[in-house]
Amino acid sequence: MSQADVTMGGHAGLMEEPTFSVPAKKMAMWLFIIADTATFAGCLVAYGFIRNATPDWPRPFHSITNVAIMTLILLTSSLTMLFGVRSAQRGDKAGAFRWTMITAVAGILFAALHLREWMGMINEGATLFHNPWGTPLFSSLFFSITGLHLLHVTGGVIALIVVALRYMGGRYKADDIEITGLYWHFVDLVWMFVVPLVYLLNLAH
Amino acid sequence: MATAEEHKNTGMGKDLIVYACMLALAGIQFLIAYQDISASQMFVRMLVVAVVEAALALLFFMHLWENRGLRWFVLIFTVAVILGMQYGWTDSFRILDGAPWAK
Repeated sequence: MSQADVTMGGHAGLMEEPTFSVPAKKMAMWLFIIADTATFAGCLVAYGFIRNATPDWPRPFHSITNVAIMTLILLTSSLTMLFGVRSAQRGDKAGAFRWTMITAVAGILFAALHLREWMGMINEGATLFHNPWGTPLFSSLFFSITGLHLLHVTGGVIALIVVALRYMGGRYKADDIEITGLYWHFVDLVWMFVVPLVYLLNLAH
Repeated sequence: MATAEEHKNTGMGKDLIVYACMLALAGIQFLIAYQDISASQMFVRMLVVAVVEAALALLFFMHLWENRGLRWFVLIFTVAVILGMQYGWTDSFRILDGAPWAK
C-alpha cells in the first residue's frame, strides 16, 4: 500500500468525492481521450474541407482487402483487450497478462499491415508532398491522418506491453489494465472514422 | 442470486454480441463503398454507421453504460465536437460556390 493510499484511507471522510465516481487516474485517461478526440476531429474536418473543396479529388484505392483485414484485427484486439480487463478485475493475473499481450501482438500485426499499405503507395510514387494521381493534398492528408493513427497504435502497443509486464510483476493493479484498455478502445474507435473517410470514400469505381 | 461464474459468462456473452454487431457494422461500411451513389450520400451513410459503431464501443467496451454521470459528460462533449465538425467542413462549399475561382 502506498503512502497516498494510507493518507487517503485515514482521511476518507474529509476528502472530496471523485468526479462522476471515477478514480482520478481513470478520469485523467478520459480527459486525455476527449482532448485526443478533438485532435482527430480537427484532422478529419480539415480532410473533409479540402476533399470537398478540391475538384477532381483522386480515388486511387482499387482493393480494400488490406484495410478490411486491418479493421478485423483492430476490432478483434478490442475484444481481446476487454477479456484482459475482465480477467484483471476477477484477479486472474495470468489471464489478464495473456489477453493483454495478445492485444499487443494484434496491434503489432495491424502496424505491420499499415506499413505494407504505406510501402505500396510509396512505391507507386506517393509521398507526403507528391501524389501521382492528382492533387498533392491527397497524399499529405492520407499520410498525416493515417500516420497520426499509426503513432497512437504504436504508443498503445508499448503501453500495453509495459503495463502487462508491470501488472505481472505486482507494481500495477487491475485498474491500470482497465485504463490502458480505455486508450486501446479509443484507438479502435478512431479507426472506425478513418476507414470510411480516408479509404472507402476514395475507392476507385 | 447469480454466481461469479454466471456473471462472467453473461459478461463475455454480451461482449461477443457487441463485437459481432461492430463487425457487421464495419461490413456494412464496406458494402456502402461499392454502392452506385454520390460521394455526399456515401459520406452521410458511412458516417451514420460509424457513429453507431462508436456508440457501441463507448457504451459497452469502454463501460460508459455503467456510469451515468460520465456518459452525459462524454455525450455533451461529443455532440459539441460533431456540431463543430459540421460547421467546419460545410464551410468548404463556400469555396466551391462562392469564391471567384469557383467552377
